[in-house]
Amino acid sequence: MMKKSRRSFLKVAGIAAIGLGAAPAMTFAASDSHGAAQAVKGKNQEALSAHRWGMVIDTSKLNEEVAKNITEACHRNHNVPDFNHEVDEEKYPNTRPTNPKQEIKWIWEEHFNYAFPDMEDEFLVEKFKHLGFPVTCNHCKNAPCVQACPTQATFKREDGIVLMDFHRCIGCRFCMAACPYGARSFNFRDPRPFIAETVPEFPTRSKGVVEKCNLCAERLAKGQMPHCVEASEGAIVVGDLEDPESEVRVLLNENYSIRRKQSLGTEPSVYYVV
Amino acid sequence: MNKNLIIAGLAVFVIAVLSPFWFNLVTVTQAAPKPELLGKAKTEKKCVLDKYDMRANHMSLLDEWRVSVVRDADRMYTAANGHSFNMSLSTGENSCLGCHEDKEKFCDSCHTYASVSPYCWECHTNPKEIQ
Ligand code: HEC
Ligand code: HEC
Ligand code: HEC
Repeated sequence: MMKKSRRSFLKVAGIAAIGLGAAPAMTFAASDSHGAAQAVKGKNQEALSAHRWGMVIDTSKLNEEVAKNITEACHRNHNVPDFNHEVDEEKYPNTRPTNPKQEIKWIWEEHFNYAFPDMEDEFLVEKFKHLGFPVTCNHCKNAPCVQACPTQATFKREDGIVLMDFHRCIGCRFCMAACPYGARSFNFRDPRPFIAETVPEFPTRSKGVVEKCNLCAERLAKGQMPHCVEASEGAIVVGDLEDPESEVRVLLNENYSIRRKQSLGTEPSVYYVV
Repeated sequence: MNKNLIIAGLAVFVIAVLSPFWFNLVTVTQAAPKPELLGKAKTEKKCVLDKYDMRANHMSLLDEWRVSVVRDADRMYTAANGHSFNMSLSTGENSCLGCHEDKEKFCDSCHTYASVSPYCWECHTNPKEIQ
């Protein structure tokens, strides 16, 4: 039997320890020297950004036609179905009749007493009794829909937009129950037969998902303002609520404005200058 | 005498056991379709990843893309091969379908053969189909 001295044992153990430590060091060096370049993801250069996106709607610049154009522009460009559209029988045979209660809307007109039920008044300014107020998702600071969503399909983006990830939506409609503004619609049926002209720039939705305004996230990413802003002839301004110099903040500073159902504490990001 | 019988029996046995292979050799003539590179993809040299990686991993790449676009608001992808892509399935020049312009002859031919039917097209549109 070979006899090992303590000394020779320690020598061998020491060399073995160096070997153990060398392996990770070698792989590290190897990966550094000839590893492939990594793919990088980033924003488009022209993308618009904000700390918290918000919208100011100047009611003095609104009239029936402007309000109609706003809805039209938004719905057409996002492939929102219109249940009054006559279905192409050849392409979609045997389509069930529609139920107006199941309509889909992203931005639409509402009367003052529905839009602002806590401000109802017998002697309301005459003008407001007839005016259609454009209402949409308020992109609330404390969005109840975000908390209600069990799959995080609805989430709050860092820039304040309350966005839907349609890929994750399971159609449970908790968010619709949670939203105090009725800003969300559920697709009870395939929307495609009711889209007059499909716009290729934006996907449609499918049966079984909820949808709502996305503040034109796809346009902000390309440096463009939302469709409603462009169609509104100056009535709608979108900008950064947390930048005191921004156009929205200047407007809010110089005019009295209201928000929908403020008492609920959802902190809407859509303001109405009255 | 016995030896011949055994060899003959073995031969029959081997033929019978391998019969599914003989059957397939005779009946199946269809080989896997070659996905056709048409439209822009024909002149363009490079995909997002290299060919074999794309073949094996395009589903996870698309998954990565949609998470990045929808959840992180990042829409620009600079690939390891140096090319930049607008991360999109079907919108814009630089998207999958913007380059692989013929969905039927590219994506679908392969998917049909492999019996895959991505549900993406319930929402995402094929620009060629709309026109
Ligand atoms: C700029 C044009 C371009 C874009 C954008 C593009 N591809 Fe490709 N793709 C190509 C080319 C060119 C090839 C052939 C590469 C080769 O032969 O080395 C290819 C190859 C492929 C292959 C392998 C085909 C085979 O023969 O097995 C798949 C799968 C594929 N692409 C899917 C996609 C998907 C999915 C996307 C979107 C995420 C995409 N491509 C985006 C140009 C493009
Ligand atoms: C070379 C053949 C091939 C081509 C070309 C190809 N695919 Fe695929 N694709 C497959 C296979 C095989 C699968 C299934 C993989 C699995 O289930 O693991 C698949 C799966 C997918 C999935 C995931 C489906 C699911 O339900 O999980 C998506 C999305 C997809 N492909 C998109 C595309 C698009 C878009 C194109 C065209 C630009 C394309 N593929 C072209 C072979 C191909
Ligand atoms: C319920 C509808 C729906 C389904 C189903 C769907 N998507 Fe999407 N997808 C969308 C919407 C809406 C967007 C947001 C577009 C935007 O913001 O530009 C999007 C965005 C994307 C994007 C990034 C932007 C773009 O224009 O492509 C990718 C990539 C994507 N989806 C991939 C997929 C894949 C892969 C599948 C199938 C496995 C799929 N999607 C299924 C609705 C859907």
